[in-house]
Amino acid sequence: MSQFVSPIGELVDRTIDPGALLSRVSSPSNGALIVFVGVVREVNEGRDVTGIEYSAYEPMAARELQAIADEAGARFATPHVAIEHRLGELALEDASVGIAVGHAHRGAAYEASRWIIEELKRRVPIWKREHYTDGTREWVDPASRSAQPASP
Amino acid sequence: MSVTVLLFASYADALGASSLSLDLPAGATVGDVLAELMSRPGADRLPPSPLMAVNQRYASADSPVRSGDEVAVIPPVAGG
Repeated sequence: MSQFVSPIGELVDRTIDPGALLSRVSSPSNGALIVFVGVVREVNEGRDVTGIEYSAYEPMAARELQAIADEAGARFATPHVAIEHRLGELALEDASVGIAVGHAHRGAAYEASRWIIEELKRRVPIWKREHYTDGTREWVDPASRSAQPASP
Repeated sequence: MSVTVLLFASYADALGASSLSLDLPAGATVGDVLAELMSRPGADRLPPSPLMAVNQRYASADSPVRSGDEVAVIPPVAGG
């Protein structure tokens, strides 16, 4: 059995399991494991949200997710990086993205986790359409919104 | 030559299609693809300089395109 470990970044169409993600970055060499989970929130920009539909330019999004995982691994010197982004129809509290990082030390683990979500939001071709309580749906353009940082 | 143009999310809604085939002269660039696209009905709902990709990699307006390339027009991304 090979013990070779490499960073993973992928699209999924199933529930994101934070425990399973953590197990993918666990190693005796790590003193810190961080998992970040982005979930669907009930209010965005003052509108009542009932769910979000995620879509992507799938081959490019998969390539970019893997590239971000690889770049994070190189930048923060750990092979223990696992990123999953879910596509499809999500309900309130469903996880849309999960990021797990294992590192010898907590500082680098936190930094890597934060770097990954910001890169993901900047460059992975994924789109979301929010569904509202009044039955309408709208594509979300984070750049067109208020100065508040967009939350995943 | 012919290239495939992919549209997504709000841009697909604006153009009423998620994929188009465009005929362009040899030597055309990403900018030429965009100019051709902008002549289509509904394209006025796109920004003047959207993000573009060629064969699944981000590309600038002066990047060359070749016959059979897959050119994507990328709306503002909203992952996370």
